[in-house]
Amino acid sequence: MTQVFLGMPAPGHGNLFEEEPFPQAAHRELGNTQMRKNLRHATHTIRDKRLKVVGELPDWEQLRDAGAAIKNNAMANLEELLLQFEKNFIARGGIVHWARDASEANKIVTQLVKDTGSTEVVKVKSMATQEIGLNEHLETEGISAFETDLAELIVQLGHDKPSHILVPAIHKNRTQVRDIFLQEMPEVDPNLTDDPSKLADAARTHLRKKFLAAKVAISGANFALADTGTLGVVESEGNGRMCLTLPETLITVMGIEKVLPQWEDLEVFMQLLPRSSTGERMNPYTSLWTGASADDGPRNVHIVLLDNGRTRALSDRFGRTALNCIRCSACMNVCPVYERTGGHAYGSTYPGPIGAILSPLMTGIEAEDNGSLPYASSLCGACYDACPVKINIPEILVHLRGEDVDTKRETHKIPTQMDLLMKGGSWALGKGKNIGLLEKALPLGRLMAGKDKKIKKLPGIAAGWTQSRDIPAPPNKSFRDWWSDQKESK
Amino acid sequence: MSAKEEILSRIRSALSDAPVAEETPREYRTSSQMPEEELIELLVDRLIDYKAGVEVINSAQIPEFVAAKLKDANSVVYPHGLEQRWLSELPTGITQIPDAPGARLSVAQLDATSAVVTSSQVSIAESGTIILDGEPNQGRRAISLVPDHHLCIVPVSSIVRLLPEAMVRLTITRPLTWISGPSATSDIELERVEGVHGPRTLDVLLVRGL
Repeated sequence: MTQVFLGMPAPGHGNLFEEEPFPQAAHRELGNTQMRKNLRHATHTIRDKRLKVVGELPDWEQLRDAGAAIKNNAMANLEELLLQFEKNFIARGGIVHWARDASEANKIVTQLVKDTGSTEVVKVKSMATQEIGLNEHLETEGISAFETDLAELIVQLGHDKPSHILVPAIHKNRTQVRDIFLQEMPEVDPNLTDDPSKLADAARTHLRKKFLAAKVAISGANFALADTGTLGVVESEGNGRMCLTLPETLITVMGIEKVLPQWEDLEVFMQLLPRSSTGERMNPYTSLWTGASADDGPRNVHIVLLDNGRTRALSDRFGRTALNCIRCSACMNVCPVYERTGGHAYGSTYPGPIGAILSPLMTGIEAEDNGSLPYASSLCGACYDACPVKINIPEILVHLRGEDVDTKRETHKIPTQMDLLMKGGSWALGKGKNIGLLEKALPLGRLMAGKDKKIKKLPGIAAGWTQSRDIPAPPNKSFRDWWSDQKESK
Repeated sequence: MSAKEEILSRIRSALSDAPVAEETPREYRTSSQMPEEELIELLVDRLIDYKAGVEVINSAQIPEFVAAKLKDANSVVYPHGLEQRWLSELPTGITQIPDAPGARLSVAQLDATSAVVTSSQVSIAESGTIILDGEPNQGRRAISLVPDHHLCIVPVSSIVRLLPEAMVRLTITRPLTWISGPSATSDIELERVEGVHGPRTLDVLLVRGL
């Protein structure tokens, strides 16, 4: 149990945890060949689209540099910017709430909904509300939350979990989506085909009445502009516009790291985000609103500013740039690990490379099995290249691996096999003479390999290496010995 | 300690190493020189790619083209500040419904309307984006959302090439809607299909001399 001091960064709660070690979860997910096929298809489709539209902009790298710097500035001045945003949002008729963690945010939102007298809410896709488990909480309070984004709807109707931050149902193909609709939408045409446009049409019909009658909507926000108090939501389907425009009450839940210093900054992120996420030059719809307008849109406008471990991440000086993330999902679309294991293997709301750093940074490396997440990477660096705000994910992964090792060393009094191996390694590789001495033992390896000249099983933790591959028998003598023999014989 | 005080105190403590961020380099393109004809060509190309219908016309042709585009509509809603002349050639069988301050249409009324005609504030050629800002000739956000067919007038003089060039023409605190094609989704297998909750048909008239 971590002790929490008032006013000190505290770990986040909610859906941020890996509940079993990543290798175990990954092993299970890898067995789902249909999911692997679906993921391969989807991630490869989006990779090609992204590269094409990114290649069109001659100033892409300059935009990335600006995006990274704006975010670094926002994090360095976070307190001031939040206060400025609050002042401007209130001045425009909005109401600001602050939530230390998931359960406080859930309570605030529940009370706000209850105050309206409504027992139903429509929702725009939001990572923050997924993170705090808002839908489940509202359910226990007798409030039904209807997801309106197509992919979120597929997940909700399929009683499933999201596996991707942009396309939560990426693990399902069109036929599986059709089957879910046939089973869960009572009014749907029984002859519904798996043509994506027919499926989109079914979703339109299914949600239309809900939108038109909704009194309360809950959204996230992609950006908050400190100097104007403006909020923005970037979307495709128009479900966002429906939720942000038609109801009387709008409640937005937003992580504190989403604030940008000035409205001009939008010109950078509105170029970086759509091209990085759906591979489009621009997403179909973006809505920007500043407080409550007299005659246009919801009259009651609330925002819940959420910490839930973000200050914990901010306190890690080597990891805090993870908070620069704009949730585009480009890193997961290019990740060789994510492409094979899928998002469920990461446990947390945030899967893929960014999730492997963000989840442990928000909860603490020691929480549940989050210490296994930084190892869910081959450190190939594709995520860093794709990241529109240049988060150096591989570097933070290595930093967190170090933290994981240090934490475990503190809890184990007796040195582990890994400690001994590392000690041995540092002795052996520290001096040429030492490694030379060790190499004298090479014939021993040949003996182990036996007749077929393969070592099939190593002892202890090294067994992990030989679990899925053999080691060829070592040569009779090392290069070092061979070289000195050559010199002597001259 | 209130939640606000506590979160702010956590932030101070998290930043106790007092990080200093570098000044933001803004070396990306913020202005451009592009002849009007090329701007039109670029915007048309982007809008067609989004599966929007596009016509390039001159100001005098607006009534004729509005009538042609809306010939299948039963009723048309328009913001009260829209130029009446634009609707002057609509067949008499098509009901014209204004949405005006003090006489706002309900959501149900909008849902029963087949189309909407609005003007627009500024358009970005490079990304195919049309921005509405709630001026009297563009109306409330709901009117360009609920009817299934949106006919949008884009004055050629309001087209810029780059997003940063559009930003300086906007008042950011107005309710803004950026539209890049008809409603669409990439949620099934990351392939784009048009037509979900927003207007399934987007027609754009690019108008010279306006």
